[in-house]
Amino acid sequence: MTTPGEEAPVTSDFVRSYVITGGRSLPSSDELALHTLVTLAPERTLPLGAGPEVRAIWELCAGGYLSVAEVAGHLGLPVGVARLLLTDLSEQGHLLRRAEPPRAQNVDRATLEKVLHGLQSLIG
Amino acid sequence: MDSNPSSAETAQKSIYVSSAVTNAAKILVVGHFAVGKTTFIGSLSEITPLRTEEKMTQASVHVDDLRGVADKTTTTVALDFGRLTLSDDLVLYLFGTPGQQRFMQLWEDMARGALGALLLVDPARLEETFPVIDLIERYGLEYAIAVNCFDPAATYSEAEVREALDLLPDTPVVYCDARDQQSSARALIALVRHLLERAA
Ligand SMILES: Nc1nc2c(ncn2[C@@H]2O[C@H](COP(=O)(O)OP(=O)(O)O)[C@@H](O)[C@H]2O)c(=O)[nH]1
Ligand SMILES: [Mg+2]
Repeated sequence: MTTPGEEAPVTSDFVRSYVITGGRSLPSSDELALHTLVTLAPERTLPLGAGPEVRAIWELCAGGYLSVAEVAGHLGLPVGVARLLLTDLSEQGHLLRRAEPPRAQNVDRATLEKVLHGLQSLIG
Repeated sequence: MDSNPSSAETAQKSIYVSSAVTNAAKILVVGHFAVGKTTFIGSLSEITPLRTEEKMTQASVHVDDLRGVADKTTTTVALDFGRLTLSDDLVLYLFGTPGQQRFMQLWEDMARGALGALLLVDPARLEETFPVIDLIERYGLEYAIAVNCFDPAATYSEAEVREALDLLPDTPVVYCDARDQQSSARALIALVRHLLERAA
């Protein structure tokens, strides 16, 4: 607890996130949804000066498609930080993206029916 | 995390989504603390369920502070998720998080593009579900109720649950055991059927 007027201690986690993102504010989920699938585009070279987190994303995403949330989970990053780094890589043309959800919250019957059939096959 | 695959089978098992998959759907699994969200996701996920720690900045005002200065504190919330390949070209992601007003940013993220939400309910602690229903409704999510039967001896009728939670007549209420894959799948099926009716 800190008493009013006293500076609250800044946690090391906070400093870590701040360093990784360069103190930039995190993009919203409009940029990359948690379940958007991403992978490294073919024949790309790691950007010069890439930090350890970008290198880790690069290696992980070279293997195939994963959701934004899975990239964060595998690398132990908060989703906001993973999304920022992935957005940078995407803007630089290093990423392929799949399964972007529609911007509007519209329900897609065909997807719902596929989900239903898939779940029904689990209970046999 | 298990970084030491012990058999050839686990070594071969890829963490990646099959390359034929072009569509990813998302369903939220929500409910108060210890209602069984992590268990539910784990019973269905084909990957070891993953978890991230999300830092939430929360503005708080000291009532006893005469200057009325608001300061910011940071709390952490776990976001759990799992994955389920449902057909050659479709994967389903399940995202679980507690329903607390202070985690709004995370809810906004989760709600974006979600098909709907399965609300897990412990009938012995129904009142803890109200704040979660508020959040679901705030984000305009369609939902179904899955009553997680912790104590098989204690029976609560569907009518009791409906009345206590003040549900709309067409909101599905199913019973489930979050530890059981088939039972969890049935709960999701009830939700998806409801979503299809609402989309009609
Ligand atoms: N008896 C019983 N225990 C359960 C069931 N679902 C979850 N649990 C237990 O309840 C506790 C809380 O579950 P957890 O999944 O961690 O809840 P969460 O906080 O909502 O993620 C754990 O010890 C689970 O093993 C259930 O259906 N029946
Ligand atoms: Mg949990």
